[in-house]
Amino acid sequence: MAFYVVQFLTGLASAASLFLVASGLSIIFGVTRIVNFAHGAFYMLGAYVAFTLTERFSGAFGFWGGIIVAALAVAAIGVLVEMVLLRRIYHSPELFQLLATFGLTLMVEDLVVLIWGPDDLVGRRAPGFKGAIEFFGQNIPSYDLFLIALGPVVLGVLWLLFQRTRWGVLVRAATQDRDMVAALGVNQKWLFTSVFALGVFLAALGGALQIPRDAVNHAMDLRVIVEVFVVVVIGGLGSIIGAFVAAVLVSELNAFGILIFPKISIILVFLVMAVVLIVRPWGLFGKPEAPARRTPGLTVNPWRPLTTNERLAAIAVLVVAAALPFVAGNYVLTVGSEIAIFVIFAVSLHFLMSVGGLASFGHAAYFGLGAYGVALLAKMAGLPMIACLLLGPLLGLLGAAVFGFFAVQLSGVYFAMLTLAFAQIVWSIAFQWVSVTGGDNGILGVWPEKWAASPSHFYWLSLGIAALAVVILRIIVFSPFGFALRATRDSPLRGEAIGINGKRIQWTAFVIAGTVAGLAGALFAYLKGSVFPDNMGISLSVDALVMVLLGGVETVSGAVVGAIVYKALNIWLVSQTDLSKLVLGGFVVLIVVAFPKGIVGTLEAFVHRRRKSSSSASSPLLTSRIESAE
Amino acid sequence: MKLTVNDLNSFYGPAHILFDIALEVGEGEVVALLGRNGAGKSTTFRSIVGLVENRSGRVMFEGRDVSELPTHAIVRGGLGYVPEERRIFTNLTVEENLEVGRQPKRAGAPQWDRDKLFKLFPNLGEMRGRPGGRMSGGEQQMLTIARTLMGNPSLVLLDEPSEGLSPKIVEQMVDAILAMKKEGVSIVVSEQNLHFARLISDRAYIIERGRICFGGTMAELDARPDIRDAHLSL
Repeated sequence: MAFYVVQFLTGLASAASLFLVASGLSIIFGVTRIVNFAHGAFYMLGAYVAFTLTERFSGAFGFWGGIIVAALAVAAIGVLVEMVLLRRIYHSPELFQLLATFGLTLMVEDLVVLIWGPDDLVGRRAPGFKGAIEFFGQNIPSYDLFLIALGPVVLGVLWLLFQRTRWGVLVRAATQDRDMVAALGVNQKWLFTSVFALGVFLAALGGALQIPRDAVNHAMDLRVIVEVFVVVVIGGLGSIIGAFVAAVLVSELNAFGILIFPKISIILVFLVMAVVLIVRPWGLFGKPEAPARRTPGLTVNPWRPLTTNERLAAIAVLVVAAALPFVAGNYVLTVGSEIAIFVIFAVSLHFLMSVGGLASFGHAAYFGLGAYGVALLAKMAGLPMIACLLLGPLLGLLGAAVFGFFAVQLSGVYFAMLTLAFAQIVWSIAFQWVSVTGGDNGILGVWPEKWAASPSHFYWLSLGIAALAVVILRIIVFSPFGFALRATRDSPLRGEAIGINGKRIQWTAFVIAGTVAGLAGALFAYLKGSVFPDNMGISLSVDALVMVLLGGVETVSGAVVGAIVYKALNIWLVSQTDLSKLVLGGFVVLIVVAFPKGIVGTLEAFVHRRRKSSSSASSPLLTSRIESAE
Repeated sequence: MKLTVNDLNSFYGPAHILFDIALEVGEGEVVALLGRNGAGKSTTFRSIVGLVENRSGRVMFEGRDVSELPTHAIVRGGLGYVPEERRIFTNLTVEENLEVGRQPKRAGAPQWDRDKLFKLFPNLGEMRGRPGGRMSGGEQQMLTIARTLMGNPSLVLLDEPSEGLSPKIVEQMVDAILAMKKEGVSIVVSEQNLHFARLISDRAYIIERGRICFGGTMAELDARPDIRDAHLSL
């Protein structure tokens, strides 16, 4: 019995930091409507800075002062980020905000390694809380008791701040209607900045307070952000009470899950989250969003199928690509195969994002499932390659069917958070379920059969499948199903009103995208001869997002170009520098701020403009008067 | 002149909404902006306070060009705005709603505080702690006006204050607007309801399809039934 009580208290202590980070995320989202993916990075920075300060300054004053100063210093960095980066993108579509803060996370990960080194750092114990208290023969660290008390105290302080101060009233007003707050003479800029500073302060404090409990390392940002996403999805984004209750719930599930399913404890949290989403899609304490504030698109170019000439041009490009084995060596062909595989992966995500309007931040899960599907079939069942290639992606289909069902119940940022959480769950299963997946060691020796083994043959195979995937997805875009999907994307209510079952359409699109991603993963397993948990990791999901963004979100097949350019750049970059995440993150931020239409989108706009000016007169859209104003 | 608007053009995306709007409001005057649904009344107001991003033209307020200023700066200068659809903060209480609107005192503008506003709108005084979401439409409309007055404006843009209200509440609204005028607040009120406008206004403009097509005193408007019938649905 005493053991369970202690386990319960340990869970409560873990909840404290989780609550700090989650409440910070919630507060920021409430006012700015930005889901700050970089929140985990600020948490990590808080821990690192606090580590340095508490090592440098001794004594109780040095320790507690160091923690507070660390949180303040990181909050100052947050203010800088808000003023320099976020102020430029408050009016961008939410996908861009998510990506920009994600790019920031990548940059911080490399910077942290650069400054503090790659090894785990073990911090000091907290002065005054070094011992443990005995409880029926079990030890409870006294620092845990401190954290348990801290959670409700912070909750109370935040409540007072929001209920009893003018600043709090303004923040609550802005959470509901920020334009109206400006129309009453309040300078939103500084309100946003101060809110962001508070949120980052809470995250950094959460990180700093972890140093007596846990080693500081450069992977803690993603670990915490995934848990925080689960917390805010369960508790309701924007609700501080919700963040508190859900943080306790998730921490307890983790604490007891370890006892019940030691190998795959995260399953339990997932099950609870699934139940909450079915019963209350906006979380236990959240409020259903008013009909989403639709951000108008970046372009007004309508989509159309390719003309005959364009089709011929595409075929010509394909023929040229197919001629590569006659001029290039094996290395180039292997790179070519990899690029072709990533074209498949990118177009599958592009289909989901551009056509379906669903920005998944965990698309690598289905890529990885396809890869593992092939590896398991080939190694355990010993099936021939063709059978594996056909059946392996079915694992991606299955995963997409299960996760997609839950994910499409939500939209926008909730969808993004949920898909990321799902991908992390799949990743953890692959990582922890060693007896089946081999854990970190992966599954080795998945080689293609003789007919596809040579680099040129494998290249042709990959290229052929890539071309097929692009053609099939384009056919779907211009099919009745594609129209229904786009209708649902543009206006779910109007779609419903003409009899479209929006959720089912989106679910189907999710499954299609997951299956195609699984196909890419299946090929990838044969290309590399092995599969690892990283084949479904977050960085792969981000790679795919960047490819889509680089190609142009609002194009029909921009991802093809995006994938080719990005993958080629990436392979070259990795060979040039150790700081690939820093460069990649900076690249992402740069695209979002300076180049939001992507390569194909920019080209299209350029062609469009030239066509318009050459056909004399200005656009009919601009001169025709719209009869009814708002 | 309190407020002078010249050559105001506004766009929503590629759509041209307002065409060369020009209007003037004198010190202490109540001016009506009349027009049908969709004529451009709300857009005119939103453009004046800078809530429409894509706009051009000149807005002079108390002799100062405010057309390049952000919304909050325009409002802080004393140009209050009461939006259509009320837009009160439903999770905030009556007193908290007023708090959001509070601004420092401004020389040369009428001063308002809670007690004075609760005298002007007695209903509100009886429900200080009630969340805005649990008030009737008429009470919400009064709260929006009171909230804007908390900023001590010298001129208020009042967007369709009588819309959707019962006749009894409309009467109270007329009284409240006349009381504001008596305090010395200049007012521009947009309306579809000519009867309501006639009770409070000194002058009127008519807007149709984004263009001003008439401007003059209420008497001049009454002398031109053709214009009235062509542009207003009665």
